[in-house]
This record gives sequence, C-alpha cells and structure tokens, in this order.
Amino acid sequence: MKKLCILIGLLACIPAVFAKQIVVCQTCEVSTVKEAIAMAEDGDEVRVQKGWYRENSIVIDKSISLIGEEGAVIDGEQAAGILIFETDHFTIKGLKIINVGVSYTVDHAAIKVVRAKDFTIEDCVLENVFFGILIEKSARGRIRRNNISGQGTTEAGSGNGVHIWHSTGMEVSANELFHMRDGIYFEFVDDSEVFHNLSYQNLRYGLHFMFSNRDIYHHNEFRNNGSGVAVMFSKYISMYENKFMNNWGAASYGLLLKEIYDAEIYRNVFSKNTVAIKGEGCTRIQYTHNTFLRNGWAIKIAGACYTNIFEKNDFMHNYLDMSYYRKVNDNRFNNNYWSEYSGYDLDKDGLGDVPYRPVKLFSYLVNKTPESLVLLRSLFVDILNFSEKVSPVFTPDNLMDKNPLMQRIND
Amino acid sequence: MLKILKYSFYDLMRSRWSYVYFGFYLLLGFVLLFLNNDVSKAVITLMNIIIVLTPLIGTIFGVMYYYNSKEFTELLLAQPIQRSHIIRGQYVGVSLSLTLSLVLGLGIPFVLYGLFMSAAIFDFGLLLVVGAFLNFIFVALSYNIALSTENKIKGFGYAILMWLMLAVIYDGLFMISLLLFNEYPLDTFSLAATMFNPIDLSRILILLQLDISALLGYTGAVFKKFFGTSFGMLSSLLVLVLWVWLPLLRMNWKLKKKDF
Repeated sequence: MKKLCILIGLLACIPAVFAKQIVVCQTCEVSTVKEAIAMAEDGDEVRVQKGWYRENSIVIDKSISLIGEEGAVIDGEQAAGILIFETDHFTIKGLKIINVGVSYTVDHAAIKVVRAKDFTIEDCVLENVFFGILIEKSARGRIRRNNISGQGTTEAGSGNGVHIWHSTGMEVSANELFHMRDGIYFEFVDDSEVFHNLSYQNLRYGLHFMFSNRDIYHHNEFRNNGSGVAVMFSKYISMYENKFMNNWGAASYGLLLKEIYDAEIYRNVFSKNTVAIKGEGCTRIQYTHNTFLRNGWAIKIAGACYTNIFEKNDFMHNYLDMSYYRKVNDNRFNNNYWSEYSGYDLDKDGLGDVPYRPVKLFSYLVNKTPESLVLLRSLFVDILNFSEKVSPVFTPDNLMDKNPLMQRIND
Repeated sequence: MLKILKYSFYDLMRSRWSYVYFGFYLLLGFVLLFLNNDVSKAVITLMNIIIVLTPLIGTIFGVMYYYNSKEFTELLLAQPIQRSHIIRGQYVGVSLSLTLSLVLGLGIPFVLYGLFMSAAIFDFGLLLVVGAFLNFIFVALSYNIALSTENKIKGFGYAILMWLMLAVIYDGLFMISLLLFNEYPLDTFSLAATMFNPIDLSRILILLQLDISALLGYTGAVFKKFFGTSFGMLSSLLVLVLWVWLPLLRMNWKLKKKDF
C-alpha cells in the first residue's frame, strides 16, 4: 500500500518535472509572446510580465498555460484577431487584450478557440474588441470572470462578447459584457451553463440562443440592452433567477421566446421592459414564481403557443398585463398575483373568489389597431375596460386566472 | 378690466369653494406622496387626475360663477365700463383663482417632499402648466356656453355635455375611427386628432415626457418625433393658446350682440 502511494506520488510529479516556465518581458531574452509560444512544449507555462506587446494572429497549438501578470497588455493595433488556440487542455488567465481589428468578412476575435477540449479562459480583460471570445466546435470549456467590451455603433460593425458555435458542455460564468453586439451568443451549443454574468448596453441582445438544447442560465443580469434576451429554436432550456431590466425602446423586450419547446422559466425578475416576455410558437413552457414589475406589457403571446402554464407569478403595475394575438389554446393561468385584481376573498384562504381576466378590452383593441394605444390612460379607455370587466364580450372568456392570489408571493 | 379682475379674484379668494378645491389638491398631494414616497411615480398618478378633474371643475366653476354673479354683472353694465372688460375681468379672475388653488395645492406637498432634489421637476412643471391651460380653456368654454344660454339649467347641462364630449365621447369617436380605418396609415391622423382636443393633447404631452412612447411602437416614434422636438412642443403649446384665444374671441363677438 505504501509503495503504491509513493508510485502515485511520483507519477503525479512527472509533468511538473518536465514542464518548464517561460517568462516573457520586454527586456528579457524572450520579448514577444509569439517567440515564447514557439519555444514552448505541451504542459509548459508561459508567463507574460508587465509590458505592452504589439502582436496579433498568435496561433497556439500546444497545450500550455498562458498567464498574464498585472500590467501585461497585448495590443492588436486594430489589425486582426489576436490569440488563436487550436489545441486541447490549455489555460489562459489574467491577460489584458485590446484593439481587435474590425472586419466585415473575417470574424476577428481577441481569443479564438477552434476544436479544443477541456480549456479555461479566466480573469482576462478584453477591451475594444470586435469579437471577444469566439469558440468553434469545442467541448468542456470554462469561461470565467472575464470583462469584455467593445465600441461598436452598428450591428454589422460589431461582434459578440462570448460567441460559441457548435460546442457542448461549456460554462460561461461571472463575466461582464458591455457595448458589444450580443453579450453572449450561443449557436448549436448543447448541455451548457451560463450563470452570474452581467450583460448590459449591448447593441442587440444581452444573451442570444439559437438552435441550442438542454442549456441552463441562471443568476444573470441583463439590462439596458438594445432588445433584451432572445431564446430561439431551442429545446429544454432552463432559465431561473435572472434579472431582465430596463430593456426599453420601440423594439425591445425583456425576453423573446421564438420556436422553443419544453422550457422552464422561474424566479426571474422582469422590470421596466417594453415587453417583459414575448412568445411566438412556444410550447410546453412553465412560468412560475416570476415577478413582472412596471413593464409595458408583461406577457405578449403571438400565435402557435401551446401548453404555456403561468403559475404563482407576480404581475405588478404593468401598463398592460397580457396580450394575445390568437387563440388561447390550452395555455393556463392559475394562482398568480395581479396588482390590478379587485376581487375579494370571503373565505380567507388567500385566493380571490372571483376569477381575474388579464386581457383587457383595451389590449384587445390595441392588438387590432396598434395606433389606438394613443388613447392609453384616457377616461374613455378606463370606462371601456370597466364595462368589459363587468360583462366580458370581446376578450377571450377562457383566458382567466380562476384562483388569483390576494398577496404577492415572490419577494 | 384690471379692477374687475381684482374684485372677482378677491371675491373668489374669499369664497369657500376655492378653499375646498385648494384643500382637495393639498390632501391629494400629501396622500399620494405618503402612500409612495417617489415623486416621479406620483406625477403619473396625478396626471390621471388632473386631465379629468381640472376640466370638469373649470367647467362647473365657470358656469356657476357666471350665473351667480349675473346680477352684479348687470349692475356693472349700467356703469360706463366696456362690456368686454367686465366679462374678461371675471373670466381671468375665475381662471386665475382656480389655477392658484391647483398650483399651491399640489406645489406645497411636492416641494415639502423634495421636488427640487428629484429629477421629476420638469415633468411636474409641465403637469402644472398643462393643468393651468386646462383651467383657462375650460373656463373660457363654459363662459361661452353661459353667455349664450339664458336658462341656468340648460347652461349647466350644455357645459357638462361639453366636458363629457371632450373628455370621453371624443376619444370614443377617435377610437372607432381608428378601428374603422385600420387598413390605412393612421399616425398622421391620430397626431391631428390629438391636436384638436385639449384634453388629449395634454395627456399625450405628459405621457411622452414619461417615456411611454416606447410602448406605442411606430406611432410612438412618430409622436415622439413630433412632440419631442422644440417645434412640436412649441406648436402644441400654441394649440393650447389657441384653445384659450378662440373662445375668448367668440366671447367678444357674443358680447357685442347680446341683449342683457
């Protein structure tokens, strides 16, 4: 047993014995990152010391650790992409990478990863980039605590903060992303997790899913983005404890769901979005314990949505709670709290005794002619809504919450 | 005219109704701010009340004051004073005292709750300006009605009808025409239709300041583009001025012909 222990200990030491450290500094023998990469072998560590390195298109095809010390900056001088990893098992940490070239034909990125497995990108600061981190056909990568920002002014002339394409098992956590096109973009990315990120003031979406299945995102904050968060053409996505705030503008929403199936959306907060959730062709979606606070529309459902279940959500002070363009189908509302509910609870079980109808006549009319929203908050509209509430004629009669809560539940 | 203005103003200042009206706004302001301490949110709630209530009170007060002081007016007419001066003096007196009740009644609680420190000061100012305009407009309209109708009951009826027309029925017709013609581009039409009703115009002016325009989508963009610029702001204020001026013109014309 003792021998075995020693053997294991020795085996563990082997890589440490063979791995060497290469130090890069501007006065050292090795003064550029490129040289260091050329000298390095699998398992080595390249330490970049304080200094300003004007380099670009650095291709790394060895499994190394690239560590930046404080003050180490790689400047791409707006020429091209900067680091390109084409290897497995690498680590990059603590580097500051700035000025990636903008191109309309090539996707230049500060850190590009192609066909890699088991890698880590952490604590990097990427400034004034076109694409921040661009990952293609990879697996099991961890992207943590990076700070990524661009200076794009048009959607075509800017890239995404973290762009992942055709990968599995990725983890994107605790990053800060701003002034990009999309904060985080997933296309054909399965079984991945996105959490504790802060994505704001991006031109298009804070987070964007396309054709990605079985992913989870939670505890993220998305605010002041061009049009919020979009989840499209995806299955089995879990979204929980995220904050969607201040996505306010003529074409903005907190969360856009398009052609998605079997998702769960729970314990999120939607505050001050033009449309908190817009759904189009979504099926089998559970909305529970979410808070909708001061949005223009809390929920806007276009056609082809089946089995959307809304339970135990708080709808508070939205201009319009709900709007349905087409049939209600088998969507259900139950046990939600509605701040505009004016019913009573005689048996004191915490549930209102009369059902609540979230679609008002006015929102029905607004669907037919969007211009009539001009009459928002006029006395006529209040009278109209009141009379419709007393005896519903136009609004879908199966769209109602039979057991509305008297008190809000998600604090 | 100034003397008449002064008399009717002092007369109203002594009257119970001005105090009730002032007290109502004072209470409203305090309760609103007590219930939620946020000045900018209180402005939204206040808007709902102001655009409905100010015209109504203005209308009723105007008609009431004219009929009540009719005998005094007739007495004054026997003196060598111009007719238009008498009536205009009364009109400005009523409008001014109502506006004063509004401004002081709402101003005091908001100032006490830190209006000057909050970002809502511009919105609040606009709200008061719009409220003042609504007072002047509706008192002028109701004076017109009262001058043209000898019968008190009829006069009251017409005045209430006028308020109902502008506050509710107009919007109903507006809505119906929007629904009927929804296959045509309607944003210019709705822009024009709001301009023709002082209540709608005030509502839109305030709503756009509160950034609700994003909800309106394309129409909102058109509205924002119009009202958001200084040209739009000026022209809508101009329309409000016209809404005061035109009834005054008619008042003059009516006075010249009227047989007291």
